[in-house]
Amino acid sequence: MSFSGIKLIPAETSLDFIGKRFLAFAFSVLMIVGSIGLVVTKGVNFGIDFTGGTVMEIAVPEAPDLSVLRSDLNKLGLGAISIQEFGEPTDLMVRLPQQGDDPEAQKVAIESVRSMLDEKFGAEAVDYRRVEYVGPQVGEELKKQGFFAVLFSLLGILAYVWVRFEWQFGVAAIAALAHDTIAVIGFFALTRMEFNLSTVAAILMVAGYSINDTVVVFDRIRENLRKFKKMPIFELFNVSVNETLSRTIMTSFTTLLALIALWVFGGEVIKGFVLALIFGIVIGTYSSIYVASPVLMFMNIRRNTVVDEDEEKEVVVNGA
Amino acid sequence: MIHIARWKVILILLVCAFGFAYSAPNMMSEQTRVKIESVLPSWMPHKTINLGLDLQGGSHLLLEVDYHVVVRERIEGLEQAVRSDLREDKILPRVSKLTDGLRLSLRNAEEAETVRKALRQQGMELDIDTEDDGKVIVARFGEAELKSIKDQTIEQSIEIVRRRVDETGTREPVIQRQGDDRIIVQIPGLDDPQRIKDLLGRTAQLSFHLVNSDMGSNLREGGGSKTLPVSDSPGQTLSIARRAILTGDMIKQAQPTFSQQSGQPVVSFALDSIGAKRFCQVTRENTGQPFAIVLKDGPRNEEIISAPRINEAICGGQAIISGDFTIEEVTDLALLIRAGALPAPLKVLEERTVGPSLGADSVAAGKIASLVGLLFVLVFMAFTYSLFGVFANIALIVNVALIFAVLSGIQATLTLPGIAGIVLTIGMAVDANVLIFERIREEMRNGRSAMAAVDAGYSRAMSTIIDSNLTTLIAAIILFSFGTGPIKGFAVTLGVGIVTSFFSAIMVTRLMVASWLLKRKPSELPV
Repeated sequence: MSFSGIKLIPAETSLDFIGKRFLAFAFSVLMIVGSIGLVVTKGVNFGIDFTGGTVMEIAVPEAPDLSVLRSDLNKLGLGAISIQEFGEPTDLMVRLPQQGDDPEAQKVAIESVRSMLDEKFGAEAVDYRRVEYVGPQVGEELKKQGFFAVLFSLLGILAYVWVRFEWQFGVAAIAALAHDTIAVIGFFALTRMEFNLSTVAAILMVAGYSINDTVVVFDRIRENLRKFKKMPIFELFNVSVNETLSRTIMTSFTTLLALIALWVFGGEVIKGFVLALIFGIVIGTYSSIYVASPVLMFMNIRRNTVVDEDEEKEVVVNGA
Repeated sequence: MIHIARWKVILILLVCAFGFAYSAPNMMSEQTRVKIESVLPSWMPHKTINLGLDLQGGSHLLLEVDYHVVVRERIEGLEQAVRSDLREDKILPRVSKLTDGLRLSLRNAEEAETVRKALRQQGMELDIDTEDDGKVIVARFGEAELKSIKDQTIEQSIEIVRRRVDETGTREPVIQRQGDDRIIVQIPGLDDPQRIKDLLGRTAQLSFHLVNSDMGSNLREGGGSKTLPVSDSPGQTLSIARRAILTGDMIKQAQPTFSQQSGQPVVSFALDSIGAKRFCQVTRENTGQPFAIVLKDGPRNEEIISAPRINEAICGGQAIISGDFTIEEVTDLALLIRAGALPAPLKVLEERTVGPSLGADSVAAGKIASLVGLLFVLVFMAFTYSLFGVFANIALIVNVALIFAVLSGIQATLTLPGIAGIVLTIGMAVDANVLIFERIREEMRNGRSAMAAVDAGYSRAMSTIIDSNLTTLIAAIILFSFGTGPIKGFAVTLGVGIVTSFFSAIMVTRLMVASWLLKRKPSELPV
């Protein structure tokens, strides 16, 4: 009796991934250049975590006319106040710009917006679900902290790959990692989604996931380099990617399943965070197949680059 | 792989049991938990996960203590003390204040030595320099002196913030120093964060002054007068003596009560012995005159909260402050007087407040999302790997229990991104099993027997599993050390999830696969 499971990916694929490397290369370059271009020209939509300022999430009893409310709020003389729907028509997100350096001024500004909203909807009717204020000083610090967090985790991961693999693998892994990180930032520049502290967390998470995927493929490449001594490198890479393909797809798929549940049901507050993760995991999966391995091949990796402790003698004999 | 030592089996089962027992309190409603707790012995697990401020609602405040104000006060004190010391030696230097010290210009260099001596006598660590051929002396606070001023100021501020927050009856507030001059205040489950902020923001210093009814008499002895607004009648000001007859530190006790005459809310207070004596003397000498009760909150914000007439000498050390107050106002005022004055103004650098309704919504959303995510993965795994998928699923459920158990055990704080971390872990936890199962499939295709394939699958996938888990763990650890608040929560659940999933995916599934193999001795594998 056999009750084998369903195979998402056919058992033995022999897709020519490496042969498509120039196409993938073109796509990646286009995406990276596009991302950097977008970030440079349009920038990302930094949230108050980094710019300073105030956001208020409020729930009101009935959906208001946003354009009227917006123009009324902007008559308060507090700079450009934005107001938009947040999930539901009765949930609103109000953003106040930084009121100079003085926290007192910010407090006064929040008060005047509150009293205006109270007046419009009735004092007891407005539910202030969330009020966040970040001062300019803290914004600058958080920016610095976020930058270092990304930098250090990339370095930490690089160090690990370096110790665990040969240096060529480290370079290829970092290429894939940089590719994914830039792509996620580009995604934020393109969608104008708010770039905040949790975005930094998402980027780090994507970096962790992407390297995880890459390492699995690299492990296989290294194993096959030791196993198939006669196979041409080009073919060997293709075989390795194909062998790990079903695992790569399966894990990405289960992770995406969980994330999609979170995206649909997890509430408005973390939607942006989850969307960044979803995009990052798709890109991370793509990069471990189409970026990491081709770059590794480009690094001119040879059989004798990979020295196996157990078979060291054999390799030496082969080399001689 | 197939034969697992008995002690290992017992250990694995024990860890699973621990996971379910310690996560169990989180799965129950408050009432059931309390009911069960009363029956069970106290050593049984009863802790639940702490919910972060973003889930239970509450305020997170980052405050900065402006210790420069204190430095300025110290410089003023130093100036006065040195001036009066030098006056005895008939030396009258021109003094100008610097940001961290004094600059004294002398008539001639001969005075310098006396001035230096006078400065050194003040009991402060000063760096004293001479300029302009000894005719100018510059005294600055030393490094250590500035540091001790800073430390003292922040510690005193924390103490007073703690007292003020405690007096409001908030449960389990977190008040900590951060860095050089900052305080973190976290107050869970608060209805009106504005009130706390108002309370914290005020340096509230109470003092009593005579009112200048006839210009002249009080002016001379008091060293000047000042004009302040009267709080309950806008636009009106009163000129009062600059020197206080009583200061806040002479007040022993203050509490809100109701006036026996008017029935209005008032603050009654008691004075210490020095204060009582002085108040007795002043009220006797100035019967019939008005006096002003001045509240100073904030560096520039002083106002007269009440200016009653002294009807008779008050010598019992007990008095009341009346004004046009609401009950909440007298409660806060009494609290402020009791808790003492903040040594320096506090500046709110960052505030994050989540209302209870959003917190509850987030918890509900997080629950649904986790359950749906878990269900998706369970169904998908069972379909893909059939019986082995079911084994992996059982391990996944053990994993979720273990995550909750560890989070409850270490009393970690669960935040909304933390829930995202758990959901993400649910998705990624099956990775180890996917790696193993795919490897087993491969080994079977290469013609190995069922047993050998399982064996090879486990041993060959292991190094890959370790590599991939470690890299994610590195990201989680760095995220934890750099992140703040909710992000830290994400890093914690992610990190804990990686460790527990390693255990559950390797040990627990392996135990099930091994016992199944031993029992059935199959030739084909359901994978």
